[in-house]
Amino acid sequence: MEIDRPPQARLRIGLTVNGRPVEAGIEPRELLLDFLRNRLGLTGAKRSCDVQVCGACTVLVDDVPVSACCTLAYEARGRRVLTIEGLARDGRLHPLQDAFIEHAAVQCGFCTPGMILTALALLREVPAPTPVQVKAHMKDTLCRCTGYWKIIDAVVDAGRRMQAGEAPDAGGGAREVAPRGKP
Amino acid sequence: MLRPFEIHEPATVAEASRLLARLGEQAAVYAGGTELLLLMKEGLAHFPHLVNIKTIGGLDAIAFEDGVLRLGAVATHREIETSPAARQHAPLVARVASQVGNLRVRAAGTIGGNLCFAEPHSDPAAVLVAWDATLVLARAGGERCVPAAGFFLGMLQTAREPDEILTAVEVRPLPPGTGAAYHRFALHERPTAAVAAVVTVRDGAVAAARVVVGSVGPVPVRVPEAEDALAGRRPEGEVLRAAAEVAGRRADVLEDMFTSTEYKRHLVSLLAARALHDAVSAARTAH
Repeated sequence: MEIDRPPQARLRIGLTVNGRPVEAGIEPRELLLDFLRNRLGLTGAKRSCDVQVCGACTVLVDDVPVSACCTLAYEARGRRVLTIEGLARDGRLHPLQDAFIEHAAVQCGFCTPGMILTALALLREVPAPTPVQVKAHMKDTLCRCTGYWKIIDAVVDAGRRMQAGEAPDAGGGAREVAPRGKP
Repeated sequence: MLRPFEIHEPATVAEASRLLARLGEQAAVYAGGTELLLLMKEGLAHFPHLVNIKTIGGLDAIAFEDGVLRLGAVATHREIETSPAARQHAPLVARVASQVGNLRVRAAGTIGGNLCFAEPHSDPAAVLVAWDATLVLARAGGERCVPAAGFFLGMLQTAREPDEILTAVEVRPLPPGTGAAYHRFALHERPTAAVAAVVTVRDGAVAAARVVVGSVGPVPVRVPEAEDALAGRRPEGEVLRAAAEVAGRRADVLEDMFTSTEYKRHLVSLLAARALHDAVSAARTAH
């Protein structure tokens, strides 16, 4: 039957990844996580549970956290995608990244890119959140090492410092920055 | 790796409906993808054609007009939970949207997809049945309205015809003296048991009550025996406790790999007591 023939059509999509325009031909079935990791070499987003429960593959699409493991790359067409690779600016880490290091909020590191991007989405809505607000926002992003307290401390501290003007939120694809990978 | 498929981008409901009619079982309606893509990734279902209804203009609108809150079918849970109109006119509907899945699921998942997938543990489904919401189904030839209670036919089964699109959920503000509440218990992301209650209190007595049990059976259902136990009575201590106990005893409960039916009935009674208490408290302050 004609309509049962596996379609071979490729789609052209244009999007912005970490502030840089990307044009690519994709298959409709291509997942955003595979597109970022395998096509662009941006391996910060991790495949872990693969069923959008754990948050390790979290990236921001138009500033909103999504599970790249269960999002079609097609859905990113015309949008801004931010991965952990897009946070550092001019060789300087983002305040959230600094805070995670200072508070020892990183152990094995597998959840960290998703944690930081999830936290960034919160800080852009609630500039200096309380620990309770951080817990409510971060509760669906899983870490099996830290016990969470150091992560909560790091996010609260980064928010406080960013709001006090001690550490600006320079990252986030607001300006153009070259990703490490090749499109 | 997903098997190959083609994505269609209809501009109108009629175009989407005609595509679905032509492609039949080869096609699935695609919106947020939070349920569909999981099934396809696991190899439990395959559709060579996905009809993306997010390309239909206006289907994501949330608006309060002529006394009705209309949730466009592809409005995401996140859009509903943050919508000023939804928060004002149907606060419980907005609040339950904020409890669905996790924040990433809520950013992608849509109210229409949640309802049409008819997963038995749906939070919005239980609340919308209790609220007596109306679902609008459209096809190339026209549209029809179905009460939420009549939409869920069984596990993963709904009254939607294959060439129909759910276009909107219509929610009316509660009448004066009416309160609503939803309580759930979750061992995992999806609730193990849930109860939604909508109660109208007039002159100190229950004038109307809808008690809906969700997550424990194939579909969210009203429990008429629990509602009868409230009708005409003063909604206080023993009356509420008795109705909650009946809800647990008479609910349509299926065993699953995590929980026994006995435990689920116990949970339903507890949750019903909490939901009835909160709904009655809200009713007493709602004028």
